[in-house]
Amino acid sequence: MTDNTEQDQIVAEIGALHTTATAAAGPLPVHALRDFGPYRSSALRHPTHELVRADPEEIELVSPAFGHSDAAEESDLTIQHDGEPLGERIIVTGRVLDGEGRPVRNQLVEVWQANSAGRYVHKRDQHPAPLDPNFTGVGRTITGDDGSYRFVTIKPGPYPWKNHHNAWRPAHIHFSLFGSEFTQRLVTQMYFPSDPLFALDPIYQSIVDPDARQRLIAAYDHDVSEPEWALGYRWDIVLTGSKATWMEPEEGEHA
Amino acid sequence: MPERNDSGAAQSARHQQTPSQTVGPFFGYALPYGGGAEVAAPWSPEAIRLHGTVTDGAGEPVPDALLEIWGADAQGRPIDARGSLHRDGHSVTGFGRAAVDRDGHYSFTTVRPGAPAPGRAPYLLVTVFARGLLHHLFTRAYFDDDPFLETVAEDRRDTLRAVRDGERSYRFDVRLQGDGETVFLDFIGDGRG
Repeated sequence: MTDNTEQDQIVAEIGALHTTATAAAGPLPVHALRDFGPYRSSALRHPTHELVRADPEEIELVSPAFGHSDAAEESDLTIQHDGEPLGERIIVTGRVLDGEGRPVRNQLVEVWQANSAGRYVHKRDQHPAPLDPNFTGVGRTITGDDGSYRFVTIKPGPYPWKNHHNAWRPAHIHFSLFGSEFTQRLVTQMYFPSDPLFALDPIYQSIVDPDARQRLIAAYDHDVSEPEWALGYRWDIVLTGSKATWMEPEEGEHA
Repeated sequence: MPERNDSGAAQSARHQQTPSQTVGPFFGYALPYGGGAEVAAPWSPEAIRLHGTVTDGAGEPVPDALLEIWGADAQGRPIDARGSLHRDGHSVTGFGRAAVDRDGHYSFTTVRPGAPAPGRAPYLLVTVFARGLLHHLFTRAYFDDDPFLETVAEDRRDTLRAVRDGERSYRFDVRLQGDGETVFLDFIGDGRG
């Protein structure tokens, strides 16, 4: 039997931090906490001073203007090599919206991920799982007029990491997003439904609001699946920035 | 049907924000792109260098950080021409992305932006991503004195200045934590930026 003393300790620390956050006054933060001890690498890499409030200037209220020349034909990660990658072919699609539900048009969406065996092409990934010569795991696209994006890829595998003994990341796809203003910039990770590793993962659990955590999980969507071809997942992304109005959560929302 | 008030309906219709997650350690083959650090071509006459080191709370270099800069053109105007990743060798795109090297050092070539308004100093918006950083951080590299700097605690103000360290070269170090911790900015007003 594997000794999971360290994993148990991580889960206990996560539980204590969630309890503290829930007991604090005010709404739970949406974003991951930068100071989140169970994710050991955060210890020396989070600021200890409070952030300084700044009014965004014109440059921060606009975003770089990406175009289709920036991302032509890079939305299908399964056709980047001579052969077909191994693994479960999937379609991941959704819309990028702002807090008012308006589409974020013509903006760059970048993804990167491990292959079906849980191995990244990155040279520092030392996980002894096979590389797939037919899969790099990098994609780019530009959102449509309705804010939509669509990638064809391979379902990534979970993989071990060195945070603690027997630490495994739930399967995920990294996403990088731009809004219509730079203050909406977001880098995050999309997860798959019902992953048994969620409760054990300090990166996923660094979001202390359970509703917010759920929003990182794509939904299986049979309308997106294509017969004899690929399973479909739908994941909408909501970016809010300085223009968004902060609203009091409804009573009991975090009960 | 139970009665619902209008504000309740509006609240349920509002779109809930997607949370952040760390960029992780394995972005190096995915996010950097050809010429990403060359916002302006290095040989162009008005090009400047902006460079520095990213360090952690122990003062050690962070070897797996990614920085983005976003700034106005030499006249102080945002650049809205399409193709911000595309480098044609002469256009200034305003947007740049650079991974740090093994010693935590980054370097961009860009133009010194113009002032955004009369009485205001030019600056570049700097965004920091790293393994171990669960949500990116924003800061600004100012090229001159600005009224905003007056609002920042005096002993921390200098962390927001790009310091001239050579001909057409400016140094802007990023200290994530500890002595000389960089001032990071919250544009949203939620304390988290």
